[in-house]
Amino acid sequence: MSSSSAPLSPQSLSALEAPPSGGASGARDFAHYLATKVAAALVSFVALLVVGFIIFSLMPSNPVEALTRGRPTSAKQIAYLTKELGLNQPIWERFAHYVANTLQGHLGYSFQFDTPVSTLIAQRLWPTILLMGSATIVSVWLGMWLGVRSGWRPGSLLDRLSTGSAITLWSVPTFWLGIILLVLGSEGVGPIPPLFPAGGMSTAGTVGGFAPAHILDVARHLVLPCLTLVLVVFAQYQMVMRSSMIDEAGNPYLLTARAKGLRDAEVRQRHVVPNAMLPSVTLIFLQVGTMISGTITVETVYSWPGLGYLTYQALQIPDLQLLEGTFIVFSASVIVFNLLADLLYRALDPRVRRA
Amino acid sequence: MTATTSKAPVAASPPRLQALRRFAREFVSRRAAMVGLGILIALTILALAAPLFIHASDLDVVNAPGVPLSPPSARFPLGTDYAGRSIVPLLIWGTRPSLAIALIATALTMIVGTLIGLVAGHYGGSTARVLMAVTDWFIALPTLPLAIALAAVLGQGDTSITVAIAVTSWPGTARLIRAQTLAVEARPFIERAKALGARDSQLVVRHVLPNVAPFVLVSATLTVSGAIISEVTLAFLGLGNPTDVSWGAMINQAFFQGAVTRGAWWYILPPGIAIVIVALAFTMMGRAVENILNPRMARRP
Repeated sequence: MSSSSAPLSPQSLSALEAPPSGGASGARDFAHYLATKVAAALVSFVALLVVGFIIFSLMPSNPVEALTRGRPTSAKQIAYLTKELGLNQPIWERFAHYVANTLQGHLGYSFQFDTPVSTLIAQRLWPTILLMGSATIVSVWLGMWLGVRSGWRPGSLLDRLSTGSAITLWSVPTFWLGIILLVLGSEGVGPIPPLFPAGGMSTAGTVGGFAPAHILDVARHLVLPCLTLVLVVFAQYQMVMRSSMIDEAGNPYLLTARAKGLRDAEVRQRHVVPNAMLPSVTLIFLQVGTMISGTITVETVYSWPGLGYLTYQALQIPDLQLLEGTFIVFSASVIVFNLLADLLYRALDPRVRRA
Repeated sequence: MTATTSKAPVAASPPRLQALRRFAREFVSRRAAMVGLGILIALTILALAAPLFIHASDLDVVNAPGVPLSPPSARFPLGTDYAGRSIVPLLIWGTRPSLAIALIATALTMIVGTLIGLVAGHYGGSTARVLMAVTDWFIALPTLPLAIALAAVLGQGDTSITVAIAVTSWPGTARLIRAQTLAVEARPFIERAKALGARDSQLVVRHVLPNVAPFVLVSATLTVSGAIISEVTLAFLGLGNPTDVSWGAMINQAFFQGAVTRGAWWYILPPGIAIVIVALAFTMMGRAVENILNPRMARRP
């Protein structure tokens, strides 16, 4: 089952092992493929709604009590909430109500922030996208750079060092790594002065917008959380790139390329890398799930005002409707990105189309 | 078949015993595997023996002996925590919940994953399609949000963390065991057993399960390290038992009680290093076992 010696998350393993199979080439065929994949994604989404409903509406013995835990609540408020949540209705009606609400973007109300959940999520979405996007770019670059070089010369010093550190980083809890970097970067150690702010996304009291000073300020705040996330994620790209480089290196076309008199680096960069890159490219989309898990703890450590920190804030009460909102948004985005990975794989690899 | 049932198991199944011996020899010859095993045995002994030399007063927040967040000294080799307790006994005691939760969650994971994998692999057809669709769905979903949602709804505590970890980690095992079941059932001895009139349950329990068992072991060792990371992550987010002394709870307290601004490295570093050591030990063992059982991969360094 395991295709490489690298520690891989189940997501990437399953996706790499079973490339989507397509029929003969042609637009009609692509439409069929697209329809199958979209339908599968829709089924996943419905399953997500069912699971969300079970966890947040059926599992708490008394949702009203769970929602109002720790706060004084009058009988009138309880009656209002019971009616609002439809707790006096049969389960099927409640589910239908829940699905209709979710599809319309009504994700409930956060008592903690006194704001609708969807408004909160919309506010906190962009910081998370900024953090995850920048971390993805850096980790793809770093992972591929290391993966290409260690896969080209397996067993070399670079290979052993980078593979070893990848496995070690695999065993490091994200939040702890974040705290270490936070102490090093924002408190300074010994002769190193504190270089970066301790948390948040911008210095208090500065104006927002796209003024250069503000952008620079946000970038300074971004360095540490982004670095933490990169250290957690880059190893996956490195290991996948490494093993597909090793796979490619056995191919006879390399002999031809070398026989033409190409230098070693040329053979590697012009012939092997483009062919070996495919799994890593789709991995970008499949890594969204790992990224989300990482971003929850990283944002918590750095008080980065994104969806992950929002999840943490929701947990402390616990503000179940807010938690449900972030759960649905996180999971739904993973479903969307998996769909994109499937489509991209087909677009990039002609072998899948003609298989 | 009659011969195997009538004699003592050890004498009767020399091929399996030989395989086990070969496995043990291979395992012992791998340094990484032995280092991992040694670390784990030492830690297990330490965890089991902890009540002998750590007293309740060492873990009590009230009446703690030291000044809060004081650096290492002769009296407190690793300094004190936010309440003034010595870090060393906390660190040793923290082994217990972390290991226990990870091991129990892994056991649950193996039971569920193996069962689903065996059923899907043996019966095939629409049963397998439905089971694998569910498995794939769980694999695709991001684990931490689901675990957080489950643990939050079930309420703080060790049980909810254990359940949350098991629910999010069984699909990988199910997939692996299904694939191995299919591979085993394609072999001729299964056909022979069928021809001799073996029932489904007999086939699965007597022939398939012993052959996929090594892969359950691989999956288990690799799952444990993931489970430990999940456990400390959920505990760090505040989902653990609030009165427990665990590594995740220690880092949580260190972080939220001012160890960062105080620069209290003696409070932040040890629990994290302990987590890394345990997770690495399990990963090293798991990879060694995987390499022994699947020599095709061993050729790749």
